Parts: sequence; C-alpha cells; structure tokens
Amino acid sequence: MNWFRFASPASFYPLAARLTPWFGGAAAVFAAAGLYLGLIAAPTDAQQGESYRIIFVHVATAWMSMFIYLVMAFWCAMSLMFNARLAAMMAQALAPTGALFTALALITGALWGKPTWGTYWAWDARMTSELILLFLYFGYMALRQAIDEPRRADRASALLALVGAVNVPIIYFSVKWWNTLHQGASVSLTSAPTMAAVMLAGMLLMALAAWFYSIAIALTRVRAIILERERHAGWAGEVALAAKAAR
Amino acid sequence: MSIAEFFSMGGYGFYVWGSYAACALAIAAEIVLVRARLTAARCVAGGREPSQ
Repeated sequence: MNWFRFASPASFYPLAARLTPWFGGAAAVFAAAGLYLGLIAAPTDAQQGESYRIIFVHVATAWMSMFIYLVMAFWCAMSLMFNARLAAMMAQALAPTGALFTALALITGALWGKPTWGTYWAWDARMTSELILLFLYFGYMALRQAIDEPRRADRASALLALVGAVNVPIIYFSVKWWNTLHQGASVSLTSAPTMAAVMLAGMLLMALAAWFYSIAIALTRVRAIILERERHAGWAGEVALAAKAAR
Repeated sequence: MSIAEFFSMGGYGFYVWGSYAACALAIAAEIVLVRARLTAARCVAGGREPSQ
C-alpha cells in the first residue's frame, strides 16, 4: 500500500470521512467509562474532598492543549519542508481544537483553584505559560485569516507555530523550573504515579477520550478545509454531489 | 450516596459541575460548528450557495 497516496487531499478526503465515526465512537466510549470512574467510582480525596474531581477534565484538557500544539507544529514543519498542502491543512484544522482545549484547561484550572488555593487566577509560571499558549493559537489563526493567498498563509503561520513551540516545554517543566503555586506532576514517564489506581484509570480514560475526540473533530474540520480550498478542482464538486445523493 | 449528595459534591457543586458543564458545552458547540462548516463547504464545492 502506498501511503504517500494519502498526501493528496483528493484521496485523503474519503479516508478521513471513513475514519471519523470510529474515532468519534471510541471517544464516546472512553468518555463514558472515564466519567463513571471519575464521578462515581473514585473515592473522595482525603485532603481536597470532592473538588478534586475537576482534575479528570482539567488534566485531560491541559495535556491535549500541549499535545495538539506539538502535532500542529509537526504538520507545520512538514508543510514547510515538503511544501505539502495537506500538511498545512492538517495544522489549520487542529488549531481551533487546540485553542478550545487550552481555554478549557484554564477555565477548569480556575474552578479548581478557587476552592483549593482560594483564588481563580495567579500569575504563576504554569498558568501564565498556558495563557501564552492560548495566545499562540489565536495568533496562528489570526495570521492565517489575515493573508488572502492560502499558500502564503501556510508558510507564514507555519513559521509562527514553529517559533511558538518553544513554549510547550516551558509549560511542561514550569512546575520544576520555578517555584509555582501549581502543583508538580502526579503522573510522569519517569516515576510511579502518586495517586490511587482508580483515579489514575479515570484520568487516563478521559485523556484517551480527548485524544480520540480531537482526531475525529480535526478529521471533520480538515474535510471542510479541503473542500473550501480545493473547490475549483473537479473532484471536490463530485464529492459534494455524492454526499448529497447519499442523503 | 443519594442523588442530592451527588449533585452537591460536598459543597463544591458549583466548581465541579461548572468545570464539567464548560467542557460539555464547548465540545457540543464545536461539533455543531464544524458540521455546519462541512455542510456549507459541500454546498459551495457542489456549485450551490449554502441554504439558510
């Protein structure tokens, strides 16, 4: 099987359409299991009471906000290196979802911070760098919007996204490098997690749900972007008419 | 655990349910917007103006 075939938007479009329901379905199943563990099965935290249950959405959205940026930066690098249209469209499709998860990480973090620390917001290194991440997503999207010619918009926004990628390790390591109000990592690749097994399982299930959701929504958005940008190509009209006939 | 206890979340109901509601609303809105965008893109690519 020649995988490079799918680098062409015309052949990637039907593949994305076929994969989306599977990723969406997986997201729903993992979210249902994660919500059950997080809201019902997991015991009350000895120190924080019930307010800790926010972490099941907070950690999943915060991880996703950073991970989507890295994937977006990867596609930006691909689009610059190989001058690949589809790679740029993938980056374009990921940005709004990344921004959404960043905003949700900030909102859920604030709602956790109020009962736990007594404040919704502090200019601490972790929170400030996460806020900068939100502005990087906004900057990327605004720059794309500001340039009429799509290929020029691809190159300029890819450069911005790659420069901004420096911020992701800063967010991740901020709790180690600075003395932050935000706590250190409870789950890392190098040491055993410092939480009960059922809480960890709920958190990982929610994170998986966020992954699959992000893939499903990005594949759907990239299809819209492909049709918007390739609408003058003959195949795009055929796809649109076929979709109409299938309904 | 009773239903009332579950919804009060030990007095942290506003914070816990506020977080979950924000996520649910944002994701629901994103799904609706992206689907609408795809439908509109199909109409334009098919040579028709999107219907209102």
